[in-house]
Amino acid sequence: MGSRALFIETFFKPDLILRYLPDILQGMLVTIEIAGCVVVTGIALGLGLALLRSCGLRVLNAPIVVFVDMARALPPLVLILIVYFGLPNVGVSLPSFAVLWLVLSLVLAAFAEEIFWAGILSVRKAQWEAGRSTGLSFGQTLFYVVLPQAARLAVPPLTNRTIAITKNTALGTVIGVPEILNQATTAESFSGNATPLVMGAVAYLVLFLPVVIAGRWIETRFAWRRA
Amino acid sequence: MGALLTQFFNLQIMSEAAPLIVRGLGMTLLVCLAVVPLGLAGGLAVALVGRSRAAWVRWGAAALIDILRAMPPLVLLIFVHAGLPFAGLRLSPFASVCVAFFLNTSAYYGEIYRAGFESVGYGQWEAARSTGLTGWQAMTSVVIPQAVRNVLPDLVSNTIEVVKLTSLASAVALPEMLYAADMARSLTYNPSPIVLAGAIYLILLWPVVRLVSRLEHRLGG
Repeated sequence: MGSRALFIETFFKPDLILRYLPDILQGMLVTIEIAGCVVVTGIALGLGLALLRSCGLRVLNAPIVVFVDMARALPPLVLILIVYFGLPNVGVSLPSFAVLWLVLSLVLAAFAEEIFWAGILSVRKAQWEAGRSTGLSFGQTLFYVVLPQAARLAVPPLTNRTIAITKNTALGTVIGVPEILNQATTAESFSGNATPLVMGAVAYLVLFLPVVIAGRWIETRFAWRRA
Repeated sequence: MGALLTQFFNLQIMSEAAPLIVRGLGMTLLVCLAVVPLGLAGGLAVALVGRSRAAWVRWGAAALIDILRAMPPLVLLIFVHAGLPFAGLRLSPFASVCVAFFLNTSAYYGEIYRAGFESVGYGQWEAARSTGLTGWQAMTSVVIPQAVRNVLPDLVSNTIEVVKLTSLASAVALPEMLYAADMARSLTYNPSPIVLAGAIYLILLWPVVRLVSRLEHRLGG
């Protein structure tokens, strides 16, 4: 067998591609589901925390800062293992899908809070004062004046961070979530061939490459041009 | 409450697991010592290549970075560790981790350097060249220092991500800190060793997280 044929036989074996395509597609569906759930709950929670923090109450701010710092300092895999193996022993049994969703949401929420908060801080004080002096309440000023400006500043870093964290759905394979990587490694050990791993890698590229490229576009589109 | 403490903060189990975990910490630090400099150098290289005058070189660098950023690091690691042996290339867990994370972190550091270069005006380069510096001198003593200073918070923050990333090495049985802790967990049926490992990550990284917050606010303000 020529080296070219051997290469195809090892990494792109046609009959294996056909056999495992349904599994990989199934995995893609699971990855999309978790990623969607994580993005929605993570960003919503992060925005909520940033809004709470803008109220300026010390009792609220200290726990928020501690939560954010811890989520930024701890590897997500550590959190996943603690939640997955720890909670059943104290009577709370969560399916692995829910564990992955919970942990990644919390991590994304922490980073999103920091990004939204930095955005809110960057809006000049005069904007607050102008809003209040036209008769808007604190809440109205926050929602109609400050937040739209803050959100614009937050979009590029938030996009990058969201992509990085949704890619962590691959960590679900460690606790048996049947996402792409899990399907690929299972198929690889069944078939004794690297083709399913290549298929898994391609599946990630199909899902995430458009998002990465869109992220680039968003970065230039939303670039902050301050007058 | 008592149940929670014995489950997650079981001091006896923690003290038994401690020697194993501390040895794992040594390996974690060793991996960081290999991957961070490799990534910093690789990122700089890819960012410099991305400024090439030839369009196809620029596009090639951008495509490479995007592909690497679209690929979860765990997928890259498993591919290097479990896929390449089929092609006759069998790497040790440590080498697999270094190769996979070198590729992943180079892409991220590369993007940060690129932003840094863009933040240094072209006039700086022209001024440096017009005072008689060579291209190399202008780059190394005028442009790169300013670029690095402008993106320092991002470089440090990405380095935190790299340290956290090394925990994935447990998936290819490299005996780093999380692997050691998970081993102890499976022997004792108690997650306290992982909590201990988490505490060590916190002690290592929390000061750096605080530092990044402060750097971000100082440069942003």
